[in-house]
Amino acid sequence: MDLSSINPILLLASLMVAATPILLAAIGELVVERAGVLNLGVEGMMITGAVCGFMVAVSTGSPWLGFIGAAVGGAILALLFGILTQVLLSNQVATGLALTLFGLGLSALMGQNYIGMKAPSFPDWHIPLFGDIPIIGPIVFQHDPMVYVGLILVAAAWWFLHKTRAGLVLRAVGENHDAAHALGYKVVRVRILAIMFGGACAGLGGAYLSLVRVPQWTEGMTAGAGWIALAIVVFAGWKPWRLVLGAYLFGGVTVLQLNLQAAGLAIPVEYLSMSPYLATIVVLVIMSAGRAPGSLGRIFHASR
Amino acid sequence: MIQLEKRPEPSRAWAFATPLLAVLLTMLFGGMLFALLGKNPVETIRTIFLDPLFSEFAWYYRPQLLVKGAPLVLIAIGLSFGFRAGIWNIGAEGQYIVGAICGAGVGLAFYPMDLRLIFPLMVIAGAIGGTLWAMIPGLLRVKFGTNEILVSLMLVYVAEQLLASMALGTMRNPDGMGFPGSRNLAQYPSAANLELIAGSGMHWGVVAAFIAVIFAYITLSRHIFGFQVRLSGQGPRAAVFAGVNPNRMILICLGISGALAGMAGLFEVAGPAGQISIDFNVGYGFTAIIVAFLGRLHPIGILLAGGLMALTYIGGEIAQSNLGLPGAAIQLLQGMLLFFLLAVDLLTNYRIKFKTGEAV
Repeated sequence: MDLSSINPILLLASLMVAATPILLAAIGELVVERAGVLNLGVEGMMITGAVCGFMVAVSTGSPWLGFIGAAVGGAILALLFGILTQVLLSNQVATGLALTLFGLGLSALMGQNYIGMKAPSFPDWHIPLFGDIPIIGPIVFQHDPMVYVGLILVAAAWWFLHKTRAGLVLRAVGENHDAAHALGYKVVRVRILAIMFGGACAGLGGAYLSLVRVPQWTEGMTAGAGWIALAIVVFAGWKPWRLVLGAYLFGGVTVLQLNLQAAGLAIPVEYLSMSPYLATIVVLVIMSAGRAPGSLGRIFHASR
Repeated sequence: MIQLEKRPEPSRAWAFATPLLAVLLTMLFGGMLFALLGKNPVETIRTIFLDPLFSEFAWYYRPQLLVKGAPLVLIAIGLSFGFRAGIWNIGAEGQYIVGAICGAGVGLAFYPMDLRLIFPLMVIAGAIGGTLWAMIPGLLRVKFGTNEILVSLMLVYVAEQLLASMALGTMRNPDGMGFPGSRNLAQYPSAANLELIAGSGMHWGVVAAFIAVIFAYITLSRHIFGFQVRLSGQGPRAAVFAGVNPNRMILICLGISGALAGMAGLFEVAGPAGQISIDFNVGYGFTAIIVAFLGRLHPIGILLAGGLMALTYIGGEIAQSNLGLPGAAIQLLQGMLLFFLLAVDLLTNYRIKFKTGEAV
């Protein structure tokens, strides 16, 4: 084993990249859960986004169009969930599971002709001035644009939830849907919009995997990333800024175990590959202190 | 203006009709999907749903129905207890894998001894392995209030890695010339889960599945525990006042589903699959969730739903080889079925009213 082969600067830099897909999916789910909806279909929306993004990017040659395609694909799948849970009043846990199973099948079917292809390259930005700072530059300011899109989305979600009227309405709907309904807010409409936003974000996260991180399409490539995103929302106590912490923690474990694998640590590869999932469990156990939105997961039916 | 009015009691008639309606809708939309893929929809649907039962080669496929249906029914029966009580164990796939590893481990430890006791010991080890794996989310939920959905699911990925490590390392066949995978248990008579009647597909797993159905039926409809399970799901607070200990309920429900999933894994690995290999599991633990819901969480319903789902697996394989249907299309069809079921369930719990004139 040769631990000196691990470059700490490179490690921290790839941590940000590894955390981005989870962060993107998690910020979407956070908004959805703040609106009082538990969508367990993140994994399904992510993988559908991954395949949609890959297909669009390969056929147009533009990764940006790919990301847009992924967001649209994720949002459409999420709309299905929205109609089922909000209009047809189905159980959210069961419907979310169904969405995951459906998304896994759908993506495998859609992507079968794209296996083994290469995604168009998505170059890193070298942010002028900041990128030249020693040590910090390569860690923080020399990534591909989506890394920053993820962080901007987190900041935007925080601003929306806490500084705008619409965000207040969304939180009201999530805390107590009956009261929000009595005040005249359109509970179902707010929730469906939130669900679609969540789907679009999950789609972006998936496309980040297939276009930047891997960058290839393989069946089942999300490998639980959607579920980890769900766990990170709980870890963050439904607060956007803590989401970043959770995602980077997870990214750190992932990158570290990959580096240890490459360095030839005496622990078998399989046990190192378990570590991100085990770390997620540990984190869930330690941090289950946050308070969930009051109406989370409950079915809203306006009888009057 | 369409309005929904909540029924005071779920409609019994619709509770029976909705699964059938969901199957019909799935066939309809599945047919459209197949047409989009350039296949003849009628022929494809017929191949999937009828050929395994009535075609020229049905003698070969019918036993497969039992082989594929048994693990689904066994796992789904276990899940139905938890789902009824509002405890969401969605990591049955992991419990299935760990059960198989533990059971096979016992069998391999005795190799090449010839002893009748080995197979029963393996079944017990499988059940214990599954139970212990399910106890992880259970105990974390009880002690720390950790969400059992996420923990049980994370443990599926952990179990898959554990399986890989077993197949490539600890349990690799020493006479296998370096190929991954354990010794073939199906060729080790004391440990094999062989057909009880040749050519019938009937193995011990099928017997266990039928016993589980009967056991679950009696427990749920005749025993105080079944009443407590239903009460916990419908009114958790009422259940506490009725003397139900919620923590004990969580552990028992997870334990039952873990034990049954673990046993299902052992029966599979000692019989149809034969050996511990990287990918001996094919997602029964997840499909069983669909089976449990399609069967309305009722034992008899689960038995029928398990048969139907096994049919789509076998029919899907036939369609794959005869018509060139992509394997993923079947997975999509199964997901679609659960979607339609959840959608039409509206009719069970709500009455649809058409009102003319202005909305209130």
